[in-house]
Amino acid sequence: MRSLSASYLTNAFSNRLIPMAGRGRGRGRGQMTFNLEDVGIGRGDSLPPTTFKPSPLFPPMPVQPVPLQTGEEVEYMLALKQELRAATKTLPFYIRRAAPKRDVDRYSDKYQSGEPKDSTIEWSPDWSRLPKELCIKVRENRGKRPTPQVKRTKKPLVGKEEILIKLETLEKKEEAVNSEEEQDEEKKKTNEEEEQADEEDYEEDFEEDTDYIMSYFDNGEEFGGDSDDNMDEATY
Amino acid sequence: MTAQEVRLCGLLLQEHFGEVVERIGTHLLRGGAQNLRTIANETNTPLDLVKKSLCVLVQHGACEFGSGRRGPGSPVEYRASCERVLRVLRYPRYIYTAKTLYGDTGELIVEEVLQRGHMTMSNTVKTVADRLTHNMEEGRSMEYSEVVSAFSKLVETHFLQRCPPVAEMGTAATSTNPATPGTPAASASTAPPTAESNPDCYKLPHVTLIGRGKRRRSSDDSEEQRGGKKAKMDSESCGDEGIYWQVNFERFHQHFRDQAIISAVASKLDQTSSEIVRTMLRMSEVTTTQTAAYTQPLSANEIFRSLPPNYSISRPILDQYLSLLVDDPMEFVGKSGDSGGGMYVVNLQRALANLARATLESVVQERFGSRSARIFRLLLRKRHLEQKQVEDFAMIPAKEAKDMLYTLLSENLVQLQEIPKTPDHAPSRTFYLYTVNQLPTARLLLQHCYKTVANLIERRLFETKENKRLLEKSQRIEAILASLQASGAEPEQLTEVEEMITAPERQQLEALRHHINKLDSTENQVDETVFLLESYIFSTKTK
Repeated sequence: MRSLSASYLTNAFSNRLIPMAGRGRGRGRGQMTFNLEDVGIGRGDSLPPTTFKPSPLFPPMPVQPVPLQTGEEVEYMLALKQELRAATKTLPFYIRRAAPKRDVDRYSDKYQSGEPKDSTIEWSPDWSRLPKELCIKVRENRGKRPTPQVKRTKKPLVGKEEILIKLETLEKKEEAVNSEEEQDEEKKKTNEEEEQADEEDYEEDFEEDTDYIMSYFDNGEEFGGDSDDNMDEATY
Repeated sequence: MTAQEVRLCGLLLQEHFGEVVERIGTHLLRGGAQNLRTIANETNTPLDLVKKSLCVLVQHGACEFGSGRRGPGSPVEYRASCERVLRVLRYPRYIYTAKTLYGDTGELIVEEVLQRGHMTMSNTVKTVADRLTHNMEEGRSMEYSEVVSAFSKLVETHFLQRCPPVAEMGTAATSTNPATPGTPAASASTAPPTAESNPDCYKLPHVTLIGRGKRRRSSDDSEEQRGGKKAKMDSESCGDEGIYWQVNFERFHQHFRDQAIISAVASKLDQTSSEIVRTMLRMSEVTTTQTAAYTQPLSANEIFRSLPPNYSISRPILDQYLSLLVDDPMEFVGKSGDSGGGMYVVNLQRALANLARATLESVVQERFGSRSARIFRLLLRKRHLEQKQVEDFAMIPAKEAKDMLYTLLSENLVQLQEIPKTPDHAPSRTFYLYTVNQLPTARLLLQHCYKTVANLIERRLFETKENKRLLEKSQRIEAILASLQASGAEPEQLTEVEEMITAPERQQLEALRHHINKLDSTENQVDETVFLLESYIFSTKTK
């Protein structure tokens, strides 16, 4: 059983489609193969005008919509939704493209590795549950495990002991740097995630293995090149 | 996978996982099963990014992988699941339900598992304990055992389930699926195992987690160190590696459906009858399968015994209520026998159909007015009517009835059916009947709902983008204020910083926040309609 659609009906009444419009009985509307009264259009009725363009994008609404529900439950779910949205941006599952490489390799690249890279993944999934072809290197953060802790506990000490400890930690750092460079690109243990989480609690100063405080480190890029000319002016 | 669904999925993926995942996800949704190289080539994305996105999608259950079409030797093919991505819209509702059932602990457990896709039990317990400790006052911390008990309650009532084991790919001799130990290579070609096929699906692993939540403090470092070392030791000693838990959406949907039925009964009849229906549904929670048309028969004696103690109604009154429920035209409860004082069932499928019908009627009423709604309801009940009959039964003058019918027809809510009297289908000798089919109309409305939510999200993104500069400024000022307050500044400095935002800007910000809240709230409420229609359509599919 076929069923008719509305557009067929409206087009059928348009004079343009019927070549012999106007001739025969019924001035104003053409002859049709079926009886008009059956469909419900009486003799004297006028039809709405034919449309020449698609319906407007925002048609005027005859009735206003019902107002939204309010209440504690609704408010709570709204707050939950917004919190979830904000939280997902910080999770490692939010994949950002790596920023395009700058023209020259810079010294700070070794120590400022906060940007995500294309070739590493930020979290460590369970590789046994994924096909082997998806295996990708897990990103390792540059913070060293033992060194910041040793620094922390020995902080209140002053004088000779502190200097000795500092020398020790510098030694350890060097070792750690070497051992890291020798590491293979194998899958990491799952506790690395916890280590990464703990690491974020440390102050920024201790994240990289330099003695420089990162916030003070200046690339020298922003320094204008035109002040070289006039050395009489004091530098601020 | 209709166009509207794909568009909505794309927007949800973009919001939660970024543009890269959105591109890969929509490509998979549109194109069906594809392998890694095809995806990378067709989306012009570097291979590493494709791998990362696929890892994210699989982690969250939105994508499944299986061996290729040409047999075990061909490359792995990935398939995205539209349905799973659309669930993201319902996360707040799941979390709120867990809160009402199991308190803050349950809420945080479900939230963590939802955000991470799937997690081991030990991981979840630790993270939740830490978060709870963070919110508690100084000096107190959360015991792991409390979190473990909340977790086990969630598993017992089937709200959380184990992730299905991954089928071996290629010609592996042993199958990792414990449910089918005897089929080696055949398992590679069968459909991926569902969570339910695993008999251990709801079994808790035997791990003892002892400890307390750790408070994250930036000043107190000694606890951190010990915490850090202890965490390392704990993760090595926990025995539940490889057992991942995911949220069981079907169980939550069952709960929502029950809630909808109970509230419908409460608003149609009264509170006591809704309590009776609630008792009946609670008793048949574990015995009813997901796709059952009605619950297992319950005798009136059992219902009487299981009623909550504060609802002390006598036995004859209970019988009266039950017969009232059976006689009600909504047909929520049916009588299936007379033994044991009368055997009663809850007609789940019919209840869903009636709820969907009520939704359709209310949509027509709100958009076209109550007289059009009257015509719509008439057509739903009387099935096929001629133009003249519609006018007579609806008691609406001919001209207006015609107008309304044509409006409904142009919106596709009403269809025309031809019945020819003669074999040559002459129009003058054919009946034209108006009719409404509930199922196709429900599908149409569901697609409208998806389009609505997609439009809402786009509008919200547009509003945010328009006022990006203002939002960033206000965020910076908030950060400055917070740091000033933390370092103990005077009130003059604080007011000075606050005045950096001018009054008209403040108004603009307020209006923006108001709009965004409204849009978000609307999304949540449209999702309720989506749930009802989806459940109805799903219940009709499985016959």
